[in-house]
Amino acid sequence: MAGTIAFSRATASITRTRATTEPAIVRWTLIGTAVAFLGLFLVVPLAAVFTLALEKGVSAYFAAFREPDALAAIRLTLLTAGIAVPLNLVFGVAAAWAIAKFEFVGKNLLITLIDLPFSVSPVVSGLIYVLLFGLQGWLGPWLAEHDIKIIFAVPGIVLATIFVTFPFVARELIPLMQAQGTEEEEAARVLGAGGWQTFRRVTLPSIKWGLLYGVILCNARAMGEFGAVSVVSGHVRGLTNTIPLHVEILYNEYNSVAAFAVASLLALLALVTLAAKSVVEWKSQAHVTTGERTPARGEAR
Amino acid sequence: MILSLKRRSVLPGFGLTMGCTLLYLSLIVLIPLSATFLKTATMSWSQFWSTVTEPRALASYRLSFGASLIGAAINAVFGLLAAWVLVRYSFPGKRIVDALVDLPFALPTAVAGITLTAIFSSNGWIGRLLEPLGITVAFTPLGVVIALTFIGLPFMVRTVQPVLQDLEAELEEAAASLGASRWQTLVRVILPELSPALLTGFTLAFARAVGEYGSVIFISGNMPMRTEITPLLIVTKLEQYDYAGATAIGVVMLVMSFVLLFIINLLQWWSHKRYA
Repeated sequence: MAGTIAFSRATASITRTRATTEPAIVRWTLIGTAVAFLGLFLVVPLAAVFTLALEKGVSAYFAAFREPDALAAIRLTLLTAGIAVPLNLVFGVAAAWAIAKFEFVGKNLLITLIDLPFSVSPVVSGLIYVLLFGLQGWLGPWLAEHDIKIIFAVPGIVLATIFVTFPFVARELIPLMQAQGTEEEEAARVLGAGGWQTFRRVTLPSIKWGLLYGVILCNARAMGEFGAVSVVSGHVRGLTNTIPLHVEILYNEYNSVAAFAVASLLALLALVTLAAKSVVEWKSQAHVTTGERTPARGEAR
Repeated sequence: MILSLKRRSVLPGFGLTMGCTLLYLSLIVLIPLSATFLKTATMSWSQFWSTVTEPRALASYRLSFGASLIGAAINAVFGLLAAWVLVRYSFPGKRIVDALVDLPFALPTAVAGITLTAIFSSNGWIGRLLEPLGITVAFTPLGVVIALTFIGLPFMVRTVQPVLQDLEAELEEAAASLGASRWQTLVRVILPELSPALLTGFTLAFARAVGEYGSVIFISGNMPMRTEITPLLIVTKLEQYDYAGATAIGVVMLVMSFVLLFIINLLQWWSHKRYA
């Protein structure tokens, strides 16, 4: 096994001869075009967020965070992510265990269903909960009778966030655990380890980087989700506004500096996410001993 | 029932994990989705049809699908170029550029939306340069295309990159030794080998763009019939308490998502067969 990996690494890093690469001028033109395109679409917006946030100076920048509404939005976002991420983490591990370690009929259908929230428009993700729990919805009259508010309240925001971040952990773990097979766990069982012990001592150490990677992506989306949350939130200032919704309100009030100041917080979160992702990728490559990570099934999603 | 459909294994926990998975999946995804379809069933067919084919809805489909197609096409060209440059060449700052490719994926859509609007508005960094040329981006369909290109970029790069990485050098050496020019090798050998990945990336970028909301609504200006995307039409109908109308358009979008998901699965099955 190790031999084949070493071999494939060697072919990947083969020094290209003149016949299989381009002349320097073509090479640098291509690099220039690609970097210009990526710079225009990635670096310029990133620079713009921070420049516009600091347009009126540092004190105006920090004033945006002293607003009670901004603080309430930050608290709500932390609360939402604090509920959605652990729930999806537990689900992701359970789903990956069932799918990767056992053979059963209908496995591909189950994987497709788990992926489903990624293909649904954020707005539709919010809409389905409005139709279920809203006043016009199926459970609306019953909920109103018992004075339970889900739509235009915090539970709706949490539900919509769970929906849009549903597949992240599972889809990271499934290919990883499938590639690792079941021999190690079976050996642990034969040697007398219990089920939980097997998972904690054998499975968990070998999936920890993939797990962390899934959690990072899940958290970034949970804190940044806009469309789905916007549909169910009702935009009550100080009560049902998350950070992205607060940015929208400030922007629509032509309060550009405050809007970009709060937005810069989310941009920082994105940068931290990208950095953490790079570190995790680097670590997992260094730690991989049983087969390379398979970036199949739309890694970027 | 499930136990009889499952092969025997010494590992424990199948019942527990499978039970949790199915319960959670049903509660969060399947039941709410089916409730939406059932809600449409309370409308008559002619009512449904007239809602989803009213001129304003048709104009929004044209914009959403048209702009998504153009955005995905731009990404097909530049995403392939970016993947190529990142895999084949080395240049200063390459690792940072590589990490930044995922930015549209990590940056919350509302932030992307207000930032792109600020850059491309008539007094923004780039809008200012384009205005003398007679090009306005903000609050026109072109703005929608720009936002959807931004949002789709990582899908294309990250789908093509690993395939390009695994492409064997022998293939190109063989082509070269048989007398093919570099251009011929690219068109006749490399591109056909990449085509399943390119198509998958294109479809992923397109599927994401069709449903996109946050990054578009700020730059589009949201004029009905002209710059109103389909997801926004749903939100507008909800704000007017037109639940039936919102549901009807929502179901159209859901069906579209299912079709795209099916195509993506087919494409991935095809690439898997090709590259495995």
